[in-house]
Amino acid sequence: MTQLALVIDLNVCVGCHACVTNCKEWNTSGEAGPMVDRNPYGKDPNGTFFNRVQTFEVGEFPQTETVHFPKSCLHCEEPPCVPVCPTGASYKRKEDGIVLVDYDKCIGCKYCSWACPYGARELDADQRVMKKCTLCVDRIYDTTMTAEERRPACVRACPTSARLFGDIHDPDSEVSHAIREAGGYQLMPECGTYPANHYLPRRKVKLRIREDEIERADNPLKIDGQLPKPGKAEPTLDDVSSW
Amino acid sequence: MNPAYSVVFLTTLIGAGQGLFLALFTIESYAAFGLLPPQSSDFYALGGEISFALLSLGLFASFFHLGRPERAWRSATQWRTSWLSREVIALPAFMGVSFLYGVAHWTGVNPVLGELYSGMPVNITAVLGVAGSVLAFALFVCTAMIYACVRFIREWHSPLTVINYILLGGASGFSMAAALAAYMAPAVMPLLAGWALIITTLGLIGRGASLIRNARLKPKSTLQTAIGIKHQHIVQKSMGLMGGSFNTREFFHGQGAGRLRSLKWGFLLSVFVVPMGLLGVGLVSASGEVLVLACVVQYLGLLVERWFFLAQSYHPQNLYYQSVS
Repeated sequence: MTQLALVIDLNVCVGCHACVTNCKEWNTSGEAGPMVDRNPYGKDPNGTFFNRVQTFEVGEFPQTETVHFPKSCLHCEEPPCVPVCPTGASYKRKEDGIVLVDYDKCIGCKYCSWACPYGARELDADQRVMKKCTLCVDRIYDTTMTAEERRPACVRACPTSARLFGDIHDPDSEVSHAIREAGGYQLMPECGTYPANHYLPRRKVKLRIREDEIERADNPLKIDGQLPKPGKAEPTLDDVSSW
Repeated sequence: MNPAYSVVFLTTLIGAGQGLFLALFTIESYAAFGLLPPQSSDFYALGGEISFALLSLGLFASFFHLGRPERAWRSATQWRTSWLSREVIALPAFMGVSFLYGVAHWTGVNPVLGELYSGMPVNITAVLGVAGSVLAFALFVCTAMIYACVRFIREWHSPLTVINYILLGGASGFSMAAALAAYMAPAVMPLLAGWALIITTLGLIGRGASLIRNARLKPKSTLQTAIGIKHQHIVQKSMGLMGGSFNTREFFHGQGAGRLRSLKWGFLLSVFVVPMGLLGVGLVSASGEVLVLACVVQYLGLLVERWFFLAQSYHPQNLYYQSVS
C-alpha cells in the first residue's frame, strides 16, 4: 500500500520559510477557497497556514546549535484525528495514505484538533471548517503539470532540497532510502500515531585527516615541494630495493 | 485547553437533566414496589419536563460550539468510531424519552402494558423510566468518553473522568429533585436530599481523586520527543508566527496559576462543601428555600468545575508554541 509522505532533513533546512509562503500561496489560490489572512501587513497578522517553520536552540551557550524545524500535518498511519470525527469529514485515503478533511462535511466542532497531539489542524475563521495540509493532493495528481511539477508546493519551493517527497512504503523510494540511511525518525513516538512524515536528524560532518595525508611519507625534508633531484651517480630506487 | 462556554453549559445542563430524570424514576420505582407512598403525577410530570428543558438548553448551547451548526445532523453518522457522534445520538434519544415520560404523567395516559411475574402491573411510564435510565447512563458515558478517549491529554484519559461525570451530574440532578420534592412531594424529600448528600459526597471523593491524580501527572511528551532531538537544553526561539493563530488560541486558557488555584478551591466549596451543608439543613428543617439555594449554588459551582476540568488539561501541541520570537 502506498503512503505518501514528506521527509524533512533538519541538517539541511536553513529556516528560510520559503515552504511556508509557497504552501500558503498554492493552497489559498486553490479550488478549496482562500485561507484566511487577516491583517497580513498590519499589527497582528493572523490566518490559516498548513505549514510553519519553527526555530529551536539546542544546548547552552557557547555550545549551541540552531535547529529550524518545519512542521505540518504528519499524515499519521494511525491518525487520532480520524476516528473522533463525528461526521466522517476527517478521513485517511486508502490509496495513498493522505489524511484529508472534506470541507463540505466538516461542522467545525474542533474535536479533531483536540485529538491531534501535533497541533496540525486549524479552524479557518471564515469558512469555519477545519483545515490542514493536504500534501498538495490537488497538485500531485494533476496530469496537466510536468512530472517535476507534480510535487507538493513546499517541496518545490525548498531552495536547499531539505524536503523530500515520496512513498515511504516503497522500500526503494528516495524517501525510504533517506529514512533508512540517514536515521529518519518520527515525532512523539509515545503517542502511537505512527506519523508518515519523517525527520532526518542533524549530522556532524567530520573530515578525519591523518598526518600522513597532509605530509607526504616520502618527504623527509618536510618540504612539500619539488624533491631534490638526485645526482647522476646516486643509486636509484631500483638499485636499492630488492624486487 | 481554552474552555468553550458552550461546552461548559452543555455538559453541566445535560448532566443535571440526566440526574433529575434518574432521581424521578428512583422515586417512581420505590413507589411501584411499595417502599414509598405513591406520589402525585404532577411531581413526575413537572420533573420530567424540567429534565427535558435542561437537556434542550444543553443541546441549544452545544450549537454555539460548532463552526457550521447547519450541518450538525451529519454528526450522527460516525457512531461506530466517535464518542461525540454517539453522544449526538444518545442526547436526542434521551430527550425524547424524558419528554414522553413527562407527558405521560401530565396527561395521565399511562396504560398498563403487562404484568411482572409477581403480578405487579407495568405501566408505560415504567417502561419509559427504564429506557430513560439506560439512556441517561449511556449519555453520561458518551459525554465523558469524548474527553477520556483522548489518550495524550492525560488529565482526561482516566476512568475517573467517566465516574465524575456520572457522580456530578447525578448530584446536581438529585439536589434539584430534592428541591422540587420539597414543594410538590414532601414525603419523598428526605430520601432525595439524603441521596443528593451521598452522591455529592461520592462526587467529592471522585473529583478529589482526579485532582490529586492530575497534580501528580508528568507529561509523557516533551520538547525532546516533540522535535526528536535528544538534548537536555532545548529552547524555542520562534514558533514561526507573530500574530497568534488557532494553535495559540485554542489550547491554553490564558489564566495564571493563582487564578486557577482560587477557582479550584472555589468549585470545591460551591459544588461540594456548601451544598452538603445546605442539603443537611434542608433535610432537617424541610425548608424548600434552603434546598433550592443548595441546587443553585451547586449548579453555579459546577459551571466553574467544568471550566476547570477543560482548562486543566495539558495539550502536547503547546510544546510547539512557547515563544513568539
